Order: sequence, then C-alpha cells, then structure tokens
Amino acid sequence: MTDLTKLTIAEARDKLAARDFTATELTESYLGAIESGNEALNAYIAVTGDIAREQAKASDAKIAAGEARPLEGIPLGIKDLYATKGVHTQACSHILDGFKPEYESTVTQNLFDDGAVMLGKLNMDEFAMGSSNETSFYGDVVNPWRRNGTETALVPGGSSGGSASAVAAHLCAAATASDTGGSIRQPAALTGTVGIKPTYGRCSRWGMVAFASSLDQAGPIGRTVRDNAILLKSMASVDAKDTTSVDAPVPNYEDFIGKSIKGMKIGIPKEYHMDGIPEEIEALWQQGIAWLKEAGAEIVEISLPHTKYALPAYYIVAPAEASSNLARYDGVRYGLRVPGNDIVEMYENTRAAGFGDEVKRRVMIGTYVLSAGYYDAYYLKAQKVRTLIKQDFDNAWADGVDAILTPTTPDAAFAPGEITDPVTMYMNDVFTVTANMAGVPGMSIPAGLNKDGLPLGLQLIGKPFDEGTLFQVGEVIEQAAGRFEPSANWWSK
Amino acid sequence: MSVDLNTVKRVAGLARIKVDDAQAEKMTGELNTILGFVEQLDEVNVDGVEPMTSVVETTMKKRADGQSDGGYADKIVSNAPVHEDNFFTVPKVVE
Repeated sequence: MTDLTKLTIAEARDKLAARDFTATELTESYLGAIESGNEALNAYIAVTGDIAREQAKASDAKIAAGEARPLEGIPLGIKDLYATKGVHTQACSHILDGFKPEYESTVTQNLFDDGAVMLGKLNMDEFAMGSSNETSFYGDVVNPWRRNGTETALVPGGSSGGSASAVAAHLCAAATASDTGGSIRQPAALTGTVGIKPTYGRCSRWGMVAFASSLDQAGPIGRTVRDNAILLKSMASVDAKDTTSVDAPVPNYEDFIGKSIKGMKIGIPKEYHMDGIPEEIEALWQQGIAWLKEAGAEIVEISLPHTKYALPAYYIVAPAEASSNLARYDGVRYGLRVPGNDIVEMYENTRAAGFGDEVKRRVMIGTYVLSAGYYDAYYLKAQKVRTLIKQDFDNAWADGVDAILTPTTPDAAFAPGEITDPVTMYMNDVFTVTANMAGVPGMSIPAGLNKDGLPLGLQLIGKPFDEGTLFQVGEVIEQAAGRFEPSANWWSK
Repeated sequence: MSVDLNTVKRVAGLARIKVDDAQAEKMTGELNTILGFVEQLDEVNVDGVEPMTSVVETTMKKRADGQSDGGYADKIVSNAPVHEDNFFTVPKVVE
C-alpha cells in the first residue's frame, strides 16, 4: 500500500468512501508516523492513540453503513489550547499542570461531530505567546525544513508551531490552530503549509484557552487550500456559549475552489513595502502579483496608511487583555499551586513558578497599561488606533477591492536562540497582525523557496465573512506555485 | 514613558507575580524596550476617533434570564489542587 500519510484530506476522503482502505488503517499510518518522527520534532506533547483508534473504528462503522460524515475518519492534531475532555489541555503552560477539562471545546466538538479523529495534542508557545515555539513549557518544536545542505534546527514559527510542524512532516492530515496576531499564518509560511485565520466571530471561542479575547480566532493549518476549506466548514458555527460568535450561514467553502478570479480586484498595499525586508520577499510578492494578473485579476495599488501602527497598538491591546484573562490562574481552581505563608504569597509563588518569562512580560505590560492613570494614554489610545486600522480596510473594500495580497512574514524560518530581543521577535507578525486588529480574515499560502531552500508564504486578506474569496484566490496561487515539501524526511527513525 | 525598578516591583505586586531584585532589574529593561516601541503611537492623531469596542458590528446577544446549566459541583472542583466537600480550599484569609 502507498504511504497513506501522503494523502490530502480531499484524497483520503474520496479513497475512504471508495473503500480503498479503512479509517483504522489511515489512523494507524499516522500513529506510526508520530511514533517514528515525533521525538525529533517535538510537535505532539500528548498522543491519544486509544481515542484515535476508537474514533477510527466508529468511522469505519459509519462508512460501512453508508453514513459517512464530512470528515469521517480524517486524523487531526489538536493544538493544546483547545479543551478536550479528559485529555491534556494546558496551552503548554506549567501553570495548568495536570489540567484535564470536564468539557469539550465547541470547535473540537464540531470536528468530532463531523467524524474527525484526534491523534493527540500539539505543542505551542505558552498561552499562544510567541512567534517561534520557543516559549512552550514542553520544549521547542523543530521545523521539518532545513537550510539546503545543513542540519541546523530551525523554528517552525509560532504560536501554532506544533500544528505547522506536524502538518508539514505528515504527522497528521491537518491540525487545529489559533491566531491572535499571526499564530496560524506565520508558522504556516515558515513550514510550507496553508493556514487561514477566519473573520473574528466565525468560529466559537468556547473552550479555547483565552489569550486576548477581542483578537483570538480559531482556524486550521493544512497541506492544501482545499483541505483548509473542508476543515473551516466544519470548525465554524454560531454558538450560544460564545456571544461573539456570529449567526451567519457557513458557506460550503469547497465550492469556491477552482472558480475563476477573472475581473477580481486585488489590492496591493504600498505600506507593506517595508525597509529591511529581504529582496527575496519582495520578489515573491511580485511573482504573486504576476500570477493573479495572469489569471485575469485586476491589480490595484492601495493605501492602508495606519499599517505601521498595528503592531505597537497590538502590544498594548493583547497584553492588556491577557493580563485580565490570565488572572484566573491563581493556584485555587486548577493546575499548579505553590504554597505560601498566606493566600497572597500563595498566588505570587504559584504565578512566579507557573508562568514562563514571555508570559510574565506580557502580563506585566498589560497590568501596567491598565493601571490607574495610564489607561487613557495606552489602552484607550490603542483602541482608537485600532478603529483607524479597521477604517483603512473598510476604505479599500468601499473602493471595490475584493482581496489584498501581501507577504506573510518578513523572512523565512530562523534558528532557535537567534532572536533574543522581544521586540525583534514581535516583528515576525508585522504583516499578519493588521487582520487581527481589524477582525478580517487572512490566509497564508506557500508560494516559493528562498535561496537556502526554505519556504516563504504569501498572505491574502479578505472582507469580513468573505473567506470564500480567499479560498478562490488562494487556490490560484497554489496552482501557480505548486506545493512544497521538505526535500528529505530526516526526522523518522 | 518609562518604568523604574520600583514601578516594576509595584506592577509585579498588582499582577501577583513574585519577583526578586535581579528579575525586577531584568524586567525593567525589557518593559522599557516594549514601552519605547509602542511610543510610536504618539505620532497618530486620534482626535474625534471612537475607540474600537467590537470589530464586528453587532447588537449584543442576550439570553433568557434563567438557569441553563449546572448541578455538577464535583466536576467544577475536580481539577483544583486542593478541594474538600465540593469547596475550593485556600489558606486562611480571615483572622
């Protein structure tokens, strides 16, 4: 039998339906790939083989009965930020030590209701705070990609680094991820995978460990644009348990794949030509423009004048919301407790031992900007800037722009320890964070390799709730660029 | 604006994170780097701009004022480091 882990979700779905193999065989293939490859990559921090086998068996029964659901028997990895009943859920933080929820997140429940199989929980930056997966309590994730001719480990990006690495290395068919400032799109770009952050409110946040509630959004990372379309259809829903989830019909996103983009207006924002960005990124962007033009799209230069202020505003809004959300980790209700002489000392000892340095930094910044006398100067000002960032996008849509094309990241994957200054690390999200601040959808599609043979991504930003157009245009880029896989499988034992 | 060592210690107290002098010293530098970075926002004129309250224009949903869930205190406390008779247990707070 050919290696079943090579198949896309769309291919596996069709072959399962044709009874070419069983869901159990497919799941066993992935469990085998994890067994042999995870030690080198550290993508999974918990493997749930028993659950996976049971779900696969149930899928085989459904298929045999002719009752296959949309994701019947498809093996997925789940980011550790999603609450999964009775299974390791810690957002890769020490402070949630031993936490096993009594409930299931809405997104994972939606996936299971559609027949998906859970292979395990995926590594991530602690509380999704990071761009390199170096802040996880469970250690760094390694990117399956290496620079040509070297064996130097590279980061997979973050915070969904485990998701991106596992998908790129075929340790799952696809994975759930989450994006607060770029945490789906940046790791997708650095691993040659496809990832979409949908519109804020498209997926329920219920049961996702909260980082910054006005910015967090669930989404998939997969190996193709079509696989992303299939997954988002299942993940998205309105949910009474999340009042910010939006009651709008979820289109069949797969219907957008293969549709012509002739006559579509694609905006190229001049502010994304930034100083210090490598020539290769600029060239990739021009290549993307040429592909879309060739496919019949109209290319227009646009201006999003407040672009450069998105990242500084984000580093007020996100830490402020994080400091509030993370107040719940106090050693009382769940996870770690470090004793003290009184209750305050118990809180302080628990939080000192339970949070890593990056999380402490952001909680401290958030506490400071929200403290008495500073609220107006920082938080209120940042929220006003956010209004201006959203207006920039609204103006583009009002001018008839259908989607915006930009690079996803300012550079390719880097080595662990290479970036030590927090602000330099934050710059990884300079092109992605605008979509979170405005609540609009953004997708990263692999579009080429740099001179070292590392993948680079292009980003499409769309109108609110117009993910369909992103799939439509994204697939045109995918067709033109081709798909990208690491040149050798060095991680399997 | 920048923070000094005493401010960092005060904020750590507000955030309920224990820091020793060496950590506070290190954090002071890091926080000032971040605060220096966000200072760029001073260039933006926000006169008359409303602060963002929601990225999606929507009316806040309201639910019926009734009990929709509950009755499983044992599950609520099941992940607590210390619990007794379905209560969270903490060090003595009232003398």
